Amino acid sequence: MANIKTLAKKQEQQVRLSSGHSLCAGCAEPMVVRTVLNSIDDPVVVANATGCLEVATSRYPGTAWNVPWIHSAFENAAATIAGVEAAYKGLLRAGKLERKVRFVAFAGDGGTYDIGLQALSGALERGHDFLYVCINNEAYMNTGVQRSSATPRCASATTSPVGDAIPGKPQDRKDLTEIVVAHHIPYVAQASVSNLIDLSNKVERAMAYDGPKFLNVLTTCPLGWRTRKDTSIPMAKLAVETRYWPLYEVVEGVYKINYKPKKHVPVEEWLKQQGRFRHLFKSPEGKSSLEEFQASVDENWERLLKKEQCLSGADAAQ
Amino acid sequence: MAAKLKGWKDLPMGGVVPGGATPELNKTGSWRAERPIWNEEKCIQCLQCWLHCPDDSIMIKEQKMTGMDYDHCKGCGVCAGICPVDAIDMVPEGSAACARR
Repeated sequence: MANIKTLAKKQEQQVRLSSGHSLCAGCAEPMVVRTVLNSIDDPVVVANATGCLEVATSRYPGTAWNVPWIHSAFENAAATIAGVEAAYKGLLRAGKLERKVRFVAFAGDGGTYDIGLQALSGALERGHDFLYVCINNEAYMNTGVQRSSATPRCASATTSPVGDAIPGKPQDRKDLTEIVVAHHIPYVAQASVSNLIDLSNKVERAMAYDGPKFLNVLTTCPLGWRTRKDTSIPMAKLAVETRYWPLYEVVEGVYKINYKPKKHVPVEEWLKQQGRFRHLFKSPEGKSSLEEFQASVDENWERLLKKEQCLSGADAAQ
Repeated sequence: MAAKLKGWKDLPMGGVVPGGATPELNKTGSWRAERPIWNEEKCIQCLQCWLHCPDDSIMIKEQKMTGMDYDHCKGCGVCAGICPVDAIDMVPEGSAACARR
């Protein structure tokens, strides 16, 4: 089990993502990347889909990466890392390489939920040995906050702006984690940047498996969520506490909710601190939108509880 | 810019950056409007600030915090918010409180 000291020790040996990148002040992405990479002992090769992380960490002639790192296009981070992994397996077979190397792909929600979905699905189906980390900040932040299929309902984005026609994004977000679960890969989990030790433990558990592994990590974007830059962690924490973003894992088909909030915190508490939902608190129509939002959160949570009950380890053993 | 930029023939193939990370090329500390000041006496060395710093600007040695990297700290204030004992204060850049650093 990981703890903060072991992560610090790892970083003192090798800084895998350094400072000097141009991500916004208060951006939560580097915390996720560092925690993931510090949780893996073996050498790592990283593929990075286009997105904030890729653009801001690789301004030529500089870079913030101290691991072999490949930039790929928006749509093919999974295909790129699958190719690298296949080449590595080939070198192993030919006896040209002996040491153990692990493979990680980082992509945003745009590069995972939307544009990269087919490449991801293909790589999962072929069963390559890699970890895919979706750094989910719920919109295309890199290009100026356009809505993606990870954007929650009612959120204002530049392509789903609040106005007379629509009250922010009309649709619910896509449940990508469940789509990945449907590929029956060994390890799938949801994590949040507010629970980095939980994230680290999940990476450790995932890396114990051969084959595809997937992590969907909620990552605060102060720019796109329109929150204060010093509240990145409390905002992600509220998303977990309100059950909007449940922390759970599916290990070989067995569901486990890693954290069940004891108190019921209304999702309103999370929404009202974000500029992208501000309109919901200004108009009478906003009230019914809030109720619908809460109902959708409750429904998802209940569904997850049922899945945990039906597909728990205890049942599987029977 | 006085120096002539390199042409494609002079650059490594594929735009590779051979030596790894180059934090010295981008001193993001100039973005900062507020400066975090670390109060060593109050600090309980929980390393929460280090874990959550987006810019790797909490310097550590042997799993203990040793100071702040003001060359790269963007002054976001995440560290001050996460600190359980309020050992980090955010003060405006250029104010008397940060003059001693």
